[in-house]
Amino acid sequence: MKHKREKSAKKLSWLVLLGLLLLWQVGAMIIGAAYILPSPVQVFIRLWELREPLLMLHLPFTMGITLLGLLISLVLGILLAVWMDQSPAAEGALYPVIVASQTIPTTAIAPLFVLWFGYGIWSKVLVAVLMTFFPITITVHDALRSVKREMEEYLLTCGAGKWDVFRKLKVPSALPALFSAIRMAIPISVIGAAIGEWLGGQKGLGYFSKRMMTQLDGAGVFAPIVLLSAVAMLAVWIAGRIEKRLVTWRKEL
Amino acid sequence: MKTALEFKDVTFQYEEDGAPMFQGLSFAVEQGEFISLIGASGCGKSTVFRLINRLETPSEGQILALGEDIRTCPARCGFMPQKDLLMPWRTVGENLQLPLELQRVPREERRRLAEQMLAEVGLPDTAGRYPRELSGGMRQRVSFARTLMTGSELLLLDEPFGALDYLTRVSLQEWLSEQWPKRQATVLFVTHDVEEALFLSTRILVLKGHPVRQMESISVPLPFPRTRKMLDQPEVTALKARLMEGLRQGEVVL
Repeated sequence: MKHKREKSAKKLSWLVLLGLLLLWQVGAMIIGAAYILPSPVQVFIRLWELREPLLMLHLPFTMGITLLGLLISLVLGILLAVWMDQSPAAEGALYPVIVASQTIPTTAIAPLFVLWFGYGIWSKVLVAVLMTFFPITITVHDALRSVKREMEEYLLTCGAGKWDVFRKLKVPSALPALFSAIRMAIPISVIGAAIGEWLGGQKGLGYFSKRMMTQLDGAGVFAPIVLLSAVAMLAVWIAGRIEKRLVTWRKEL
Repeated sequence: MKTALEFKDVTFQYEEDGAPMFQGLSFAVEQGEFISLIGASGCGKSTVFRLINRLETPSEGQILALGEDIRTCPARCGFMPQKDLLMPWRTVGENLQLPLELQRVPREERRRLAEQMLAEVGLPDTAGRYPRELSGGMRQRVSFARTLMTGSELLLLDEPFGALDYLTRVSLQEWLSEQWPKRQATVLFVTHDVEEALFLSTRILVLKGHPVRQMESISVPLPFPRTRKMLDQPEVTALKARLMEGLRQGEVVL
C-alpha cells in the first residue's frame, strides 16, 4: 500500500518536471531571444552539437576536480569530526571556527585563489573543498556525538577501552550519517568546481559555460550546466545504491 | 559459601541531586543466590548496578565483588540492560561475540563459543540472522546469552523483561528460571514486579526510603524447580501482600 503510494508520487514528480519544462519551452518561444532564455529544445540540440568537446575534454576535467575536492573534504571532514569527538578541548576550539568559516562568501574570495594557486586545478579544488568539508564535518560530528549513551556505557561495562568504543560502536553508528553527508556533498562539490572554473581557467564545464556567455550563446551556456547536473544526479544515485547495500541499520539507530 | 558481592557502608549521591541516594548502605550477596532488588521507581535500584559497573563512584564505603575491591580489581560482571542493546549492524552471532572480542579471544574460538551458547539458550541456527529479524522475546534471550558470554560468575540483570508484553514476559521468566540452576552463577535481578521477584529469586532485597540506609531482606520459601502454582500458596500470597504494602509505603516516603 505504502509502496504503491510512493510509486505514484514518483510518477507525479516526473509529471511536474515535464510540466515545468513545457512552461519553459512556451515561455522561451514567446520571448524569442535565445541569447537570454534559450528553450529546452534548443539547449538539448546544442548539447548534442557540442557533445565531443563537452564529454571528452571538459566533463572529465570538472569531474576530476569534483572528485578530488570530495576526497580531500571527506578526509579533512572526518578527521576534524573524530578529533572533535575525542577531545572536548578540540571541539571547543574548532567548532565555532568551522561554523564561522561558512559565513565567508567563498565565491567572492575565490578570485584570490586564482592569484594564489594559478589557473591550474588547485584553485578550483580549493573552492570545492571550502564548500564541501563543512557539511561533512558537521554531519559526521553530530552522528558521533549522538551515539547512544547507554550503548557506550554497556561497552564500558564489558571492559571496552576508548578505541574499542570508537571502532565497534561509533564508526558503525556514524556510517549512515556519513553516507548522508556524501550524498549532500556531491552536488556541492560539483558547484564548487564549476564556480572555480567560472572564475578563471582554460578547461572544464564551468569555464566552457562562461565562454559561451561571452559569445551570447544562451543554449551554449545552459548545455554544460545540464550535463553537470545530470552527472551530479547520477553520482548521488550511485552513492545511494552503495549505501543501501552497506547500511541496513539506519532505521534502528 | 563465599560472598559474591558486598556493599560496605556505601554512600553515594548524584551530583545533580540535593540529597544522597544511599547513606551507609551495607548488604551482602552469597555465591549462588538469585537476588531480586525491588523498590519504588527512582529508589536507586539501577544505581546499585551503576556502582558495581563502576559507571559511578561512591563517595564513601567499599564495594567488593568476589572478595576483591572493585576499585583495584574491576569485576567483569555480566550486565544485561533493560533494552537489549544489540548492535543492529551485527548478526546475532557477532553480537554474542562482542564480550569475547573485548577480552581478545581468538576469532575461531569466539565463533565456536557463540554457537554453543545459542544452542544452550534454545536459539540454534540464529547466529547468521540480524536482531531486527527476531521477536522481542528472542532478542531478550540473545541479550541474556551475550551476558553469559562474559563468563562472569556475577550476573546483573536490570529489568530485563520490563519492556516485553505480559505473555512473553511470563514465558521468559519460566525460561530464566530453568536456565539459572544450570549456570552456577550469582544473579542480581532488578525489577519492580513483585510476582516476578517471588517467582525467580531465592531472596528479595527491598530498597526503602530516601536515602536508602538499609535493605530489607526476605527469603522466598520455595524450592526449585518452580512452577507458577507455587505462587498461590498462602504463605507466598501473604508475602506478596506484605511486599506490595511495603513498596507503597516506600512511595509515600518519596
